[in-house]
Amino acid sequence: MNERHVDLEILRYDPETDEEPAFQTYRVPCQEDWVVLDAVNYVKDVLDRTLSYRWSCHMAVCGSCGMMINGEPMLSCKAFVRDMPDRIRIEPLANFPIERDLVVVTDDFMDKLASVKPYLIPREEKAIEDGAHVQTPAQLKKFKQYTLCINCTLCYAACPQYAHDQNFTGPAALALAHRYNLDSQDVGRGAREDVVASNAGIWECSFVGACSDVCPHEVDPAGAIQQTKIASTVDYFMGLLTPERDR
Amino acid sequence: MARSNKPIVWSLFAAGGTVAAFITPVMILVTGLAVAVGLLPAEALAYDRMLALVQNPLGKGLVFLAVFLPAWHAAHRLRITAHDFGIRADVAVMAVCYGLAALASVIAAFALFRV
Amino acid sequence: MSRRPYRRAVSTTSWWLARPRYIRYMAREVSCVFIGAYTAVVVVGLVRLSDGAAAWGAFLESLQAPVSVAFHLLALAFALYHTVTWFNVTPKAMPVQFGEAQLPGGVIIGAHYTGWALVSALVLFLAGV
Ligand code: FES
Repeated sequence: MNERHVDLEILRYDPETDEEPAFQTYRVPCQEDWVVLDAVNYVKDVLDRTLSYRWSCHMAVCGSCGMMINGEPMLSCKAFVRDMPDRIRIEPLANFPIERDLVVVTDDFMDKLASVKPYLIPREEKAIEDGAHVQTPAQLKKFKQYTLCINCTLCYAACPQYAHDQNFTGPAALALAHRYNLDSQDVGRGAREDVVASNAGIWECSFVGACSDVCPHEVDPAGAIQQTKIASTVDYFMGLLTPERDR
Repeated sequence: MARSNKPIVWSLFAAGGTVAAFITPVMILVTGLAVAVGLLPAEALAYDRMLALVQNPLGKGLVFLAVFLPAWHAAHRLRITAHDFGIRADVAVMAVCYGLAALASVIAAFALFRV
Repeated sequence: MSRRPYRRAVSTTSWWLARPRYIRYMAREVSCVFIGAYTAVVVVGLVRLSDGAAAWGAFLESLQAPVSVAFHLLALAFALYHTVTWFNVTPKAMPVQFGEAQLPGGVIIGAHYTGWALVSALVLFLAGV
């Protein structure tokens, strides 16, 4: 077997004893096909049972294993050790408060997500007997990409505007708002606009584009936000032209 | 939360960014470099030709847009860049940035009106 | 078990030095300083032009100063960076879909560069190249 020894520098924080987080280094024998999560699991299983972190699926689906790996937000189950140097620095996702070790508090993200009403708001309720909602492949294609978000929050960890202003609604939530706004079955755009088109919504974004770079499923939140800016600008001027319209 | 008034400045920013992307490089090349270092004959920027350009109504309009839109683009981006460099006095920054763009636009309009 | 979430400080002034992509972003943003300054030069030129032939001649002469040439070289570099960064994100901001097919981003970007080449060639042609 091809074993390679890698030093993992893991940021540790115990709220009951530590004033502030500090790095602890573990030497881990890694297999050729290991991802960083495997190496972290080795630490937990063999070297230090006190290490706390989140993971579940080990296949880039559940979105819970995000970490800063050598400064870059990544899913640790998708980051191969063979692509990394011999020292790997592992920190909790940036821009979120640290609960313990690599576990962060994502309550703020959950609130932001709920605030954009990320669900279908149909024109009228339809009884099951009345049959299925019909949507063409072309209509589905318009928003399909934005349905792929797994809420891993890597985009929030990459976003400097969120780092400096926690009021910012942020990439994933705005991308999801865009996903429903583009859905032919949805009429909720107006209801989302109060949050989406506020100063703390799309207008806080300066199109750094880091969110889209780090997204593990190529959702492209940055693109979604720019498209929403254009649509909201059109809305704004249409609203000025027709003031009686309910804005 | 209230809907933002940013569309006003952002639409100018976006339009200005597009205009600047298309014309600013070639304008810098012609007015700032090519004639100065002799790649183009001095004739290119001769007084009579320039005067004809800005006295023609279409030329006047195009020259004004080539000043006005990039100026607003630069002003809005500068406002955000100031924030990115850690300057948090947004109201003062906004006044200076948009004020300079407005000043440049007014002076350009005045000069174009006068020729 | 007591909760005491720890928030790590982020520098408001030097955060962008942390990653190459942030430095590229800041370079893109700083291009506005040069586009703004060049626009100011154009405004000065317009004022001098409206002052008459002698003033215009003096303005042209001042453009030959080494410091002016150096400024314009730097401004050209940043203006080109602005153009490239602006065009390259157009498919993200304005995707085009025909039925089920997405127009490839390269086509949208390519159309912008083609337009740019035409506009630049036209300006150079009018300038007498
Ligand atoms: S463990 Fe589920 S995404 Fe990594």
